[in-house]
Amino acid sequence: MRYAETGYNLEIDLSRGSIERVETDPRETELYLGGLGTNAKILWDRVPPEVEPFSPDNLLIFSTGLLCGTPAPGANRTIVSTISPQTLLMAYSMMGGFWAPELKFAGYDKVIIRGKSPNLVYLWINNDKVEIRDASHLQGKGAIEAAELIKQEINEPKAHVASIGLAGENRVAFASIEQGRSSASRLGVGAVMGDKGLKAIAVRGTKDVNVARPDELLELCNEVLEYIKVRAENPIQGVPPILAGLGSPQEMAVHDEKWHTENFAWGNARHRRKDFWNEEVEKAWTETLENVRERFISCYNCPMKCGATISVPELSVYMMKCYSKLTYTMASMTDLDFGFKIAQLATEHGVDAFSAPQTMAFAVELYEAGILTDEDMPGFPSDAEERFFWLLDRIVRREGIGDILADGTYWAAERIGKGAEEYAHNNIKKHEQLPLKLGMLNPVYFLMYCTGEKANITQIEGQFPQAPFPSREEREEFVKDWIQVPDEKLKQYFVDWELRGDNSIPYYPPIQASCEIVDWMEKMHYIDDATGICAGLSSFPLKPPYHIHNLPRVISSATGIDIDEAELWEITKRNRTLVRAINVRRGMRRQDEKPPEDHWRKRFPELEAKLLDEYYKFKGWNNQGIPTKEILDELDLDYVSEDFLQRGILTDHEGSHYKETSSEKKQK
Amino acid sequence: MSGEKKKKMIKTIKIDVDNCNGCRACEAICSAFHATPKYSSNNPARSRIRVVRDPLKDVFVPVFAGEYTAAECMARDKYVIDGRQYDECAFCRASCPSRDLFKEPDSGLPLKCDLCEDLEDPSLEEPLCVQWCLSDALTYEEREEEVEEEEEPLDELEIGLESLADRYGLEKIMDTLARMSESKKG
Repeated sequence: MRYAETGYNLEIDLSRGSIERVETDPRETELYLGGLGTNAKILWDRVPPEVEPFSPDNLLIFSTGLLCGTPAPGANRTIVSTISPQTLLMAYSMMGGFWAPELKFAGYDKVIIRGKSPNLVYLWINNDKVEIRDASHLQGKGAIEAAELIKQEINEPKAHVASIGLAGENRVAFASIEQGRSSASRLGVGAVMGDKGLKAIAVRGTKDVNVARPDELLELCNEVLEYIKVRAENPIQGVPPILAGLGSPQEMAVHDEKWHTENFAWGNARHRRKDFWNEEVEKAWTETLENVRERFISCYNCPMKCGATISVPELSVYMMKCYSKLTYTMASMTDLDFGFKIAQLATEHGVDAFSAPQTMAFAVELYEAGILTDEDMPGFPSDAEERFFWLLDRIVRREGIGDILADGTYWAAERIGKGAEEYAHNNIKKHEQLPLKLGMLNPVYFLMYCTGEKANITQIEGQFPQAPFPSREEREEFVKDWIQVPDEKLKQYFVDWELRGDNSIPYYPPIQASCEIVDWMEKMHYIDDATGICAGLSSFPLKPPYHIHNLPRVISSATGIDIDEAELWEITKRNRTLVRAINVRRGMRRQDEKPPEDHWRKRFPELEAKLLDEYYKFKGWNNQGIPTKEILDELDLDYVSEDFLQRGILTDHEGSHYKETSSEKKQK
Repeated sequence: MSGEKKKKMIKTIKIDVDNCNGCRACEAICSAFHATPKYSSNNPARSRIRVVRDPLKDVFVPVFAGEYTAAECMARDKYVIDGRQYDECAFCRASCPSRDLFKEPDSGLPLKCDLCEDLEDPSLEEPLCVQWCLSDALTYEEREEEVEEEEEPLDELEIGLESLADRYGLEKIMDTLARMSESKKG
């Protein structure tokens, strides 16, 4: 018997209209666990680097995490993987909600989509009965609207539906997949879904998910719940309220937005408004939020209430969580009530709440600068709010200038020319970043920005405080009950970290310590991405209930695969290295690994080069960021090293030497 | 019936729908507890508590399984509270022919909440759904009341057989049982 997983994937070929149920190899679970790990293995095996994002040969994989459907609290994430139309690298976007556990209960670990349907269709997975159904009547419908219509049509209110809106149908490069109160938003996974002619996947399951050692798992789950209660009563001291608790940032509950509104940049990631927050704003914004928020809501089997249903007068109800509360408001330089209004429309159209507002703010800036003119944007309104509605509508329909903007700021700037590139200033690997513009380089964040495979800081940061606490006493107090650290020395790094002086950024934490801190934070995310445990209970907040000391036991008792901490680190390293290998094979090199030029005002080129050199070494990569033959073979990824040697990405004798690719030679 | 007074423990799960955040942890842990062996599998469809949920309409109603009933009511009910319309029979706890709620997904046999009472595991002071509901949508209360003595309730096997008899007729059940015991012997 297979434990925690079902042992079956659904293979759907939309070109041929075929549906297969395929048994998976249990050995793959031992090597890669599941979720992102096994997704990466499938993409490596079946999507060679020549395959374009919008090719029928690109795969779109919806995967459950390994622990989804077990009683492990917060194990509910769906990991969507494909090749991104924006970065042209591997995309892995994730969503919470209810979809992944439901798929497990239907009897499948993954749904793997290939090919393209000539007409818009949706998939209806009802236990063993799987159908590809016509969706032509749903064309142009909002993502939430379509999901509700599908539930009525199949007469199953208990089904969970992942769907795209107009943006996905029109292959907008930052289109999302929406589901319940969650969405897989980043890196354009919704565009690939639309390209495949797939409007939605509805799923309903009534089968068992088995676990190997029930009593042990239950005890661990109870400990997790107990710790959640402890943390609810003991918020972290010395950090902004938004970072003090568990879950994703509690934007739906917290009214104090000083930290976001004053630390993050407004407009096209340009303006810091350091004295924005005052009593008047707080009063008005509190009222706005209280008026539209209906109820706090959760994902499957999770006590955190990160989301909320939002009801704006005259608009249909939608669901929201986290920082999307502020992205539209801040990008448009308007007010919170506008943010809630446009977010409703944006959710129905299905766009990413980071990239979409930033792309619109970018267009506004180009217009103000005269690079885009009335000729490019006939009828462009003068009011800030109307401008955003105008732009969103054109982007999701790919009409006029919207057709160019729909590719995101990097590609749009390239097409517009005339110096527009300067305005697409907040990207890493062609992908829009959080609007953060800071003063002094932070070595830990520098490494995370450069090397994070998802090009999204929230998907790599988390365990280590973002800044030192002012006094040594406060820092010592913080580390007292810091049970989550993998090694005691990490406590010392924090205790010694000062706001000013020798032990402050950019030269502290020292390079080696920075490598260890980043590696720890990143690994925790890779564990979550394989198990499907939400980062909000694990890799993202400070002092989470899941950590390296209990996760091996949670995984072992659920799956029956006995692993200890060292073995879990090794699997995690394998998954992490394999994701990098996919991107390296698609051409990613050191030159791509850099933060936005203006992310920090004070930069230190020599230190930065040294940091990257040492971090690459620490990871077992060569100085181009390519995993060496030694590390690949050590991690049972010899099929990757063989491929790298064959393609000339690594050379024969010294696996760690870098060989120029022909395209790079041409560039010179 | 003797008509004598007897002390009875009244057990109540208090459901505060305003506190429900729709996470269905109650369903998850209920189905795990009632698996054989205990906690060995998870399947909300087997749970004896269900959250009737429709987030866009702000409907979140945890309902725990009550008595099996052979026939559906003459009419269904549909509540509207504070302008919010609830599903047909949303608050009803019966395992009833009108719907698939509170039935084993494989056999269709009825499910009934037993408050996780288990002689082998006296550590359970409260039903697990209550313990796992950190939002306080579910709380557990006990009080003693004096009542008339009553008949022994049916045990689980009897309830199951009764529902099978309602479905297939008693005769058919008896024939099947006789055939099964014959073939066992053979």
